[in-house]
Amino acid sequence: MSTPPVLRIVEREALVFARLWRGIAFSTFVAPALFLGAIGVGLGGLVKAHTGAVDGLTYLDFVAPGLLVASAMQLAASESLWPVLGGVKWMRQFHGVVATPISPGQLYGGFVLWTALRSMLGAAAFLLVAALLGAVPSAWGVLAIPAAGLCSAAFCALLAAYSIKLDSDLSFPMIMRLGVLPLFLFSGTFFPVSQLPSGLRPLALFSPLWHGVELARDATTGTFDVAPVLAHIAVLVACIAVGASFGVRRFSRRLSP
Amino acid sequence: MSGPMVAARALTKRFGAFVAVDGVDFEIEPGEAFGFLGPNGAGKTSTMRMIGCVSPRTAGELHVLGLDPAHDGPDIRARLGVVPQEDNLDTELTVWDNLMIYGRYFDLPRAEIRERAAELLEFVNLSDRRDSRVDPLSGGMKRRLTIARSLLNRPELLLLDEPTTGLDPQARHLLWDRLYQLKRSGVTLVLTTHYMDEAEQLCDRLVIMDNARIVAEGSPRRLIADNVTREVVEVRLPIEADLDFEAARLKRFGDRIEPLADRVLLYTDDGDATAAAIMSEGFEAGSVLVRRASLEDVFLILTGRSLED
Ligand SMILES: Nc1ncnc2c1ncn2[C@@H]1O[C@H](COP(=O)(O)OP(=O)(O)OP(=O)(O)O)[C@@H](O)[C@H]1O
Ligand SMILES: [Mg+2]
Repeated sequence: MSTPPVLRIVEREALVFARLWRGIAFSTFVAPALFLGAIGVGLGGLVKAHTGAVDGLTYLDFVAPGLLVASAMQLAASESLWPVLGGVKWMRQFHGVVATPISPGQLYGGFVLWTALRSMLGAAAFLLVAALLGAVPSAWGVLAIPAAGLCSAAFCALLAAYSIKLDSDLSFPMIMRLGVLPLFLFSGTFFPVSQLPSGLRPLALFSPLWHGVELARDATTGTFDVAPVLAHIAVLVACIAVGASFGVRRFSRRLSP
Repeated sequence: MSGPMVAARALTKRFGAFVAVDGVDFEIEPGEAFGFLGPNGAGKTSTMRMIGCVSPRTAGELHVLGLDPAHDGPDIRARLGVVPQEDNLDTELTVWDNLMIYGRYFDLPRAEIRERAAELLEFVNLSDRRDSRVDPLSGGMKRRLTIARSLLNRPELLLLDEPTTGLDPQARHLLWDRLYQLKRSGVTLVLTTHYMDEAEQLCDRLVIMDNARIVAEGSPRRLIADNVTREVVEVRLPIEADLDFEAARLKRFGDRIEPLADRVLLYTDDGDATAAAIMSEGFEAGSVLVRRASLEDVFLILTGRSLED
């Protein structure tokens, strides 16, 4: 029985994860509890006192799926910048990988798959904390986990394809500040995009995070129409496909010049 | 397999307009230790990377293990061991985990990797460090671990790019010893080096590369016999000496002379007689040394430069 090369890469990442899990446990379990406590419960109480409900949901129910997918995006973004450049330039272990039967494209695929899986692990922990706080009204909520995975894969596929060919990490803080942070704030995470000025609202369509958040919110609330769900999935899959078409080529060019 | 392990014809590598390997031809036979010798930038690593199927050739022909890297890269890589010029161990993991993961890249069963890893750590004298992280290991230890890693898949062909650069003499001798053992067990070795003594010790046959081309090929002994006289007389000059003047004075004593920065080399078939003649000319005995010709001299004569330049 042979293991597909892509999964052998996942094995490596999972082993590193397993060796470091103590450090990662905090960000996986404690951070969501803090976020949900402060924003969902604390800020949610304030919202309730003023406006009652958001889009017909309590604020906690509204914000929980938003934070869940936004954390997945943040994880994907940070994993796809420094660690990718490190793999090719600083620690150089990617060069070791491609000297084996594994090709650069398979390394890329395994890396994206692992990032998605790891985000799903985080999403599962987040969902558990949210459920304990009563923020997951529907059993469909478990589908928020694959929604987070899909969104994470979309960001990782695009950003890892970008990072692999760089010579320095100078652009990374800018990507985090001018790219990831605005998406985090304005993708229907903390408030509905209907609150944005009308001219800006259509921009949400271009945010992969918005599609991920909508999917997750459909799941946790259990109220959705099939057509928009399929559309959100299609957009995220398209992001992965575009990322992969660049990523496979760019990984090959960099690692097998 | 009956044919050569590696066969290259007019093999060429360009990076943009820059030519890193310029139409080289060579064949490496099963069981031999084959060397690429040459100064920095000669194209040794570029050639090794094409053989290792991690760099597509620009032109020419290349067969490794009878297969074409352009089509069968993964199949070839599965049967190669690679020790790259720059270490690329997984520094986030321990020595042991490095071997486990690398074995998995070849899809070897875990039980088999464990067995091989324990043997190989023994082979490179690293058993006591198996649970250590890779980061704090010394350069020599990392090199040994890289060699152990390259042997996990029991390669038929082992590519070693400057395996001993940066090692102290003791670590280097240990590595040479291990490479002998591998060669005796039938593994074909391909190595690059800047070190003449390493090439003379390890290589059955070698090519000398300079400026992206192969300038000579043969066994170390053959190369010396074909290109250099048997012996060399080195005359060290005091710092204040006029090199050109002294070189002119010495010219008639040797078949050929090479003035270097601080000394003049005279190539001759009878070193003692030449040395005696030089000393009778007034050169101090302590500054005149007779030695056997080496690959260093071959390189100097073929390229007009010394290898360290
Ligand atoms: N990826 C690359 N892109 C552009 N130029 C390259 C690339 N790799 C190598 N070169 C150039 O090709 C030439 C040959 O390099 P190579 O690494 O093969 O030399 P080498 O003989 O191994 O030298 P050294 O002894 O220093 O390791 C050098 O001038 C180098 O700058
Ligand atoms: Mg080199």
